[in-house]
Amino acid sequence: MAISTNILLIIALAPLVGCLLAGFLARFIGRIGAHSVTILGVAVSCALSFLVLYQLTVGGAAEYNQNLYTWFQIGHFNASVGFMVDRLTAMMLVVVSFVSLLVHVYTIGYMRDDPGYTRFFSYISLFTFSMFMLVMSNNFMQLFFGWEAVGLVSYLLIGFWYKRPTAIFANLKAFMVNRVGDFGFLLGIAAVLYFLGTLDYATAFANAPSLVGRTLQITAGTQWDAATVICICLFIGAMGKSAQVPLHVWLPDSMEGPTPISALIHAATMVTAGIFMVSRMSPLFELSSTALSFVLVIGATTALFTGLIGIVQNDIKRVIAYSTLSQLGYMTVALGVSMYSGAVFHLMTHAFFKALLFLGAGSVIIAMHHEQDMRYMGGLRKYMPITWITMWAGSIALVAVPFTSGFYSKDAIIEAVGESHRWGAHYAYFCVMAGVLVTGLYTFRQMYLTFHGKERFTIAEHHGHGHDHDDHGHHEPGVLAHAPKESPWVVTLPLVLLAIPSLLVGFFTIGPLLFGNWFGSAIHVEAANDVLAEMGAEFHGPLAMALHGFTQMPFWLLLAAFIICTYIYLFNPAMAGKIKAALKPLWTVLDRKYWVDNVYFALFARGGVMLGRGFWKASERGVIDGAMVNGSVGVVHRIAAAMRRLQSGYLYHYAFAMILGLILLLGGYWLVGPGLAGQ
Amino acid sequence: MFNHLLSLLIWLPVVGAIPVLFAGSARPNLARWLSMLVAVLTFVASLFLLVRYNADTGGMQLTESYLWIASWGVHYGLAVDGISVALIVMTTFVGILVIAGAWEVIQDRPHLYMAAMLILEGLLIGVFCATDALLFYALFEAILIPMFILIGMWGGPRRVYATLKFFIYTFFGSVFMLIALLYLYQKAGTFDLATLAALPLTFKEQAWIFFAFLIAFAIKVPMVPVHTWLPDAHVEAPTGGSVVLAAVMLKVGTYGMLRFILPIVPDAGAHFAWLIIVLSLIAIVYIGYVALVQEDMKKLVAYSSVAHMGFVTLGIFIAFALVREQGSTDMALLGMQGAMVQMISHGFVSGAMFTCIGVMYDRMHTRQIKDYGGVINAMPWFGFFYVLFAMANCGLPGTSGFVGEFMVILASFAASPWIALFAAFTLIIGAGYTLWLVKRVLWGEITNPHVAEMKEINGRETFVLVAFAAAVLALGIWPQPLIHLMDSSVSQLVQQLAIHKI
Repeated sequence: MAISTNILLIIALAPLVGCLLAGFLARFIGRIGAHSVTILGVAVSCALSFLVLYQLTVGGAAEYNQNLYTWFQIGHFNASVGFMVDRLTAMMLVVVSFVSLLVHVYTIGYMRDDPGYTRFFSYISLFTFSMFMLVMSNNFMQLFFGWEAVGLVSYLLIGFWYKRPTAIFANLKAFMVNRVGDFGFLLGIAAVLYFLGTLDYATAFANAPSLVGRTLQITAGTQWDAATVICICLFIGAMGKSAQVPLHVWLPDSMEGPTPISALIHAATMVTAGIFMVSRMSPLFELSSTALSFVLVIGATTALFTGLIGIVQNDIKRVIAYSTLSQLGYMTVALGVSMYSGAVFHLMTHAFFKALLFLGAGSVIIAMHHEQDMRYMGGLRKYMPITWITMWAGSIALVAVPFTSGFYSKDAIIEAVGESHRWGAHYAYFCVMAGVLVTGLYTFRQMYLTFHGKERFTIAEHHGHGHDHDDHGHHEPGVLAHAPKESPWVVTLPLVLLAIPSLLVGFFTIGPLLFGNWFGSAIHVEAANDVLAEMGAEFHGPLAMALHGFTQMPFWLLLAAFIICTYIYLFNPAMAGKIKAALKPLWTVLDRKYWVDNVYFALFARGGVMLGRGFWKASERGVIDGAMVNGSVGVVHRIAAAMRRLQSGYLYHYAFAMILGLILLLGGYWLVGPGLAGQ
Repeated sequence: MFNHLLSLLIWLPVVGAIPVLFAGSARPNLARWLSMLVAVLTFVASLFLLVRYNADTGGMQLTESYLWIASWGVHYGLAVDGISVALIVMTTFVGILVIAGAWEVIQDRPHLYMAAMLILEGLLIGVFCATDALLFYALFEAILIPMFILIGMWGGPRRVYATLKFFIYTFFGSVFMLIALLYLYQKAGTFDLATLAALPLTFKEQAWIFFAFLIAFAIKVPMVPVHTWLPDAHVEAPTGGSVVLAAVMLKVGTYGMLRFILPIVPDAGAHFAWLIIVLSLIAIVYIGYVALVQEDMKKLVAYSSVAHMGFVTLGIFIAFALVREQGSTDMALLGMQGAMVQMISHGFVSGAMFTCIGVMYDRMHTRQIKDYGGVINAMPWFGFFYVLFAMANCGLPGTSGFVGEFMVILASFAASPWIALFAAFTLIIGAGYTLWLVKRVLWGEITNPHVAEMKEINGRETFVLVAFAAAVLALGIWPQPLIHLMDSSVSQLVQQLAIHKI
């Protein structure tokens, strides 16, 4: 049984059709029509994605790799639009379409009162299409298309509420930071074409071994290893898209977008594109342990240091955003130790539980009438039990309580880092281990502040109904017009449907995914780098692994975090303030996000504008236009003025000039002439 | 008719301008419809070019040649290759949109405006198919006249300064070309470009001729540092003038490089390629920063044009380095094709950007960025197009703006990773100036009450923007037809690069 091209085309294009209908015909099909066509489109894609996954795993279908049409053919260089669908792609398709479908449904409830309702559906379907093109690509050109297209939709969605100054600042920032990554990414693609002579994945990967020993001349005396250059350049792209330090600054600000897209784009799918890309490029990355060490150190730094910031955040969405950064760091660490399947495994479990946490946070935000500050929440569990329970399900998966999906994926990564001998692995091991404690601290703190303890909001008396619907208005903090209540089923159903895989999927899939060579030829690992093979020898099934997990260091760190948070936030709320006062310098460093944003803004944004002004004033207007262009005009003017003075129109001036000329001529002849005549 | 298709394409709009003139200011609508008819007919005629031109065989086709000035051996010689065909079709396409764009916007003597546009279109088509150097030169200079009139009569408050600067600047440059042509004539006894291409020249001769040509064409492109006429001319020009200037006229400069520098002085071209490459990179990076701080929308887009044209010159001259130093014909082809695609793409993208600015200017009568803000609230459909073209301007894949830049960057990496590094910087700075503009103009709360009164685009404006959008997207999604059209011609150019004349 082979995978049919038509099925793949439908998977990719159904969301695009939905996007176009909802976007251009909204006036005719209305709000219900818009959400129906987009949901239908994504549902079709989702069903067919499962079919493709089934065909590949159970049906024994061969991997699909075909070009659809030629994008350009120049000399021997070819760029095509085509699909490559192997198990790695199929898994991404299923994750993306499943989360996307649930987010579509959820949006019906979340964006109910928003005037941009149909536009929002159009955007998220466009996103789904772009993401499919990214993961289904069979070449670097189309990869770059998908890469930038998801960036565009991210830009549009972060700035969805385009009247908010913070939103339109955040979307520009996100696009710019991503472009810095894309800058490296494009150079990486150029290097691939230069060294491997093709943009096609299969050919490039087949030729990859030819890179060994080749170098790129950087300066007269400096040669860089070709594979290292290619991989680091490509990874810079991943650093932008997957928000790795130092290109992480855009992701927390992206929370300005509506919550459904925070779940879909900025947690579950788009930000993991970098992880997917590096896994896809594993035949290239395996050639450069330098590049992999670079990946490892960047990932480890991101995992620990962005997580720390999460502890001091008060905005419920920002806590989850920093948590996402930290978890992306874990995935990157996995890539760095050549455990690509582990990275993708964590990508999958993270997609479920992080989407769940964001959607849960969105449910809370609806109940709190768009209040996002956790200092004005507390005790919400009795108002919204489904949200409460499902968010706990997501939280225990995030902190990696044994038996949950997050446990299997994260613990495997920690163990792999411990086994790895790669340069930087010791540092990374410290970071991912400390990260467990950090994850526990911010997660439990968030859950307690939101759902437990005393209510820190008051419910205003009904004083007229005029204020009932001021969703985005500036109301007094901590005062609600009416009591919070559980969200409608379109919101809670996706929560429940996400909670199930968050808890269970890891148990059932860790065996084949990590130790069963499930990905087959999609992921290539050199035997010398294969940490999973070493771990596989000690793996005795998911049950044994979870039970073993209770005796391990990560679990004790987790328990410590649980005890600390429980004591502080349930029994001794004053303690939090005291700790904050005692650790004021540290708190300030974290609250200011290590001043990275400030430095970037001063250096690149302001600095760029100042540089531009300098060029504009000194060089454009001063030198080029002032001195050169208008300067030469001025010279002509002066000469002309002098010439004009000669042509005075007075006869005696001319007569005088004639006499003078005559004297000079004769005098000259008298001096030189005899000499000439003598020759 | 097909034997004189090229003549038809040149003369149809020029002669068609006469009845438009006769319609007079008393019957403006007649003038408008007549000129639209002429523009559409010219466009249709240019489509026949696509049919008649055989892209597989390449070379110069549809040749016409008549003795023009017998005593000097000057011919009225016309022919096209794939590059010319692409540029001509782009010109006639933009021609329609410019007429439609000016429809009720130009109230003052519309018949003159439309006639000037049509004559300009005819002359531009002539430039793209002239095979005689003197005919090329004559047309090259003649273009200045209608453009001078367009800016001078319908321009902004500083139009006198701008037109003079524009005219003298470009005229100054072409004098050098004339001198070089006269030198070549007295050596070869003809102005026929094909003969001149085969003329052996010493390196010293080539170097002098190279710089003479370079000055003429570099001003037209324009390249740094002879670009300052362009922002001034754009700011003062009426919308249609800006569109034609950016979309078509700038390409005359790079087209001239292809037809004169590459075949006639290839050794000097190769020797001085580094100079052009450096100037192109300066255009991409330095001009990007200058564009960032512009306060006038038109000036910003004008500077962005200079930066984007940098990719055209970079692509052309990187091919020299690739063929001669690396012996990599395929990479050279990639760079050269990238430059060609960028020429066509920039025609659509810059034309669309200037049209968008014109649409806003017609409503607000200001081009200052600070006067805008929150336009999307008043004009959501316009906002859609504006964002689309802005994305094309920062080279988003799926739009035409990506294709050429992508190809040029890939090719330049093979020449040197440093060149690619500076060229790829456009990804950052291009997005910076374009999207910051979008942020300040389109997004946000309405702060200026006049913005709230802006009316959504009407049917005519929608037609123009949809046409531009279709071109931008079609090229971005499937560039292969355009590339195939030009492929054999570009291959021939690249082969010529490798030929040593000394």
